[in-house]
Amino acid sequence: MDTAVKPKVVETETEAEKAPVLAVSSGDLGPKMSTPTLKITREHISSAGIVALSLTIGVLLWHFVTAINLDFYINFENVPSPLRVFTAFVAHVQTEIFWTHIYVSMRRILISYSLAVALGISIGLIMGRSRIARAFIMPYIEVIRPIPAVAWIPLAILMWPTEESSIIYITFLGALFPIVLNTLHGVEQTPEVLVRAVQSLGASRWAVFRHVVIPAALPSIAAGLAIGMGVSWFSLLAGEIISGQYGIGYFTWDAYSLINYQDIVVGMLVIGFLGTASTAAVKLITKPMLKWQERTR
Amino acid sequence: MLDVLKFKEPDRGKSQGKGQIKVDEVSITFGSGKDAHLAVETTSLDIKAGEFVCILGPSGCGKSTLLNAIAGYVNPTTGAVRVDGEVVEKPGPDRGMVFQQYSLLPWKTVYENVAFGPKMAGHTRTEAGSTANTFLELVGLKKFGNRYPAELSGGMQQRVGIARALANYPSVLLMDEPFGALDAQTRLMMQESLLEIWNKFGTTVVFVTHDVDEAVFLADRVLIMSAAPGRIIEDVRIDLPRPRTTDLASTPEYIKARQFCLDTIKAESRKAFEDQNA
Repeated sequence: MDTAVKPKVVETETEAEKAPVLAVSSGDLGPKMSTPTLKITREHISSAGIVALSLTIGVLLWHFVTAINLDFYINFENVPSPLRVFTAFVAHVQTEIFWTHIYVSMRRILISYSLAVALGISIGLIMGRSRIARAFIMPYIEVIRPIPAVAWIPLAILMWPTEESSIIYITFLGALFPIVLNTLHGVEQTPEVLVRAVQSLGASRWAVFRHVVIPAALPSIAAGLAIGMGVSWFSLLAGEIISGQYGIGYFTWDAYSLINYQDIVVGMLVIGFLGTASTAAVKLITKPMLKWQERTR
Repeated sequence: MLDVLKFKEPDRGKSQGKGQIKVDEVSITFGSGKDAHLAVETTSLDIKAGEFVCILGPSGCGKSTLLNAIAGYVNPTTGAVRVDGEVVEKPGPDRGMVFQQYSLLPWKTVYENVAFGPKMAGHTRTEAGSTANTFLELVGLKKFGNRYPAELSGGMQQRVGIARALANYPSVLLMDEPFGALDAQTRLMMQESLLEIWNKFGTTVVFVTHDVDEAVFLADRVLIMSAAPGRIIEDVRIDLPRPRTTDLASTPEYIKARQFCLDTIKAESRKAFEDQNA
């Protein structure tokens, strides 16, 4: 496929019909498109500006309500100010144990999430292609899915040999369902006409799966992966709060036990940031697989 | 120069003399029991190798169902479809299919779409690529090979669809209202270029349409179908000279053939209307 012609210059349209909807901006028509140049447009700058403004306003408001010890239905007297949280954060960053907490949490996420991805996509694909498998597995998903991670804690501790494995189990379970259901949904979206088209081109069952069903499901799978990553973070925290001695969830819970208010907020914000960053990473990784969608929008 | 970059005339020999279709006492019923719906009434049909046949009829008359039976997507309830003596049981690359629209794989480039069939047939990347280029050139879209389907206009997509079906050197080309979604000008152009391609290849074509002009312009034979239950009510031979161009539409012979088809359809729909009101 790489051997296709690579014209240097885009020739002018000689088509008798209407010009195609899209005109490529560069002369590169090679099959492996060079990575699209990151164009920073006026809109990008302005929305980045709005984000910065919004965050500034948020922090200022937070500072304001804590500075005047606002107590109007909601009580802000015991909420630490942004400055105290920031000071605490800077202090923690310099300790080794803080990084251990983050490292341990990240490792748990990585293990649980990888398991959920492998198993979730497989189960979803099988359910999507086999009516029997679907009817067999679906009831378990329906019943187990609404059970919150926290509710699993006692049983997980009893079932699994180590604390670590029970935490990973709980986290895994959180990520699993969105991935399974989105994969299943994606497989169901496969247009029948495409299946027929490739069958008429001589595709075997496996080739239909590989070249039609999986690519058709990919956008939905990618969405499931991003959602799964978010869910795995709050499941992880539930696991870490009850059992464990390291982890950013444990750090936050420990701060609560010690009535160390600013550390609670530090923990919360670190969780928020790690969750956002890892979801963004998932989106970045799945993006090249959906390149065709971008170019056809 | 690399082999793939060279344009080679498609090798017509591979499919020549093949593509004889025999529809033998075929009827197709969907559902069962009370919900059973007879889509195609017992039909027999012989299509010669290399013939261009249009199946003309209103929507819902079962013309696509009959085509799908030849393609192998639908199994006849009774009877059998044979292509070159072999009973059709499932879809296969010997019967190329062109759909109304959106049947190219959107995640593959135009080039990859056309190379797909040859690859499935076990050809190497180079061979498949060479075939893809040959057929893209045939439909005049070689320089669009690296675009994704959605980047092309509807007419161009259909030409890719035709190139993709032909790349397997099928003995039969089945077309299900392939130009139905195109605007009038593009459709005329596509009809002309389809005839040109067919002239080069000589494959059997079974073309489903509800457009009388399209059927008369393209076909050697127009099979007129009627609805509820679907059956062929007339087999009209169109003896207009070839090669045909759009100028043909003003000749008296064309007008006569067209009028005959229209009259048949009209008489049939009047009868159906009266039956309903009786």
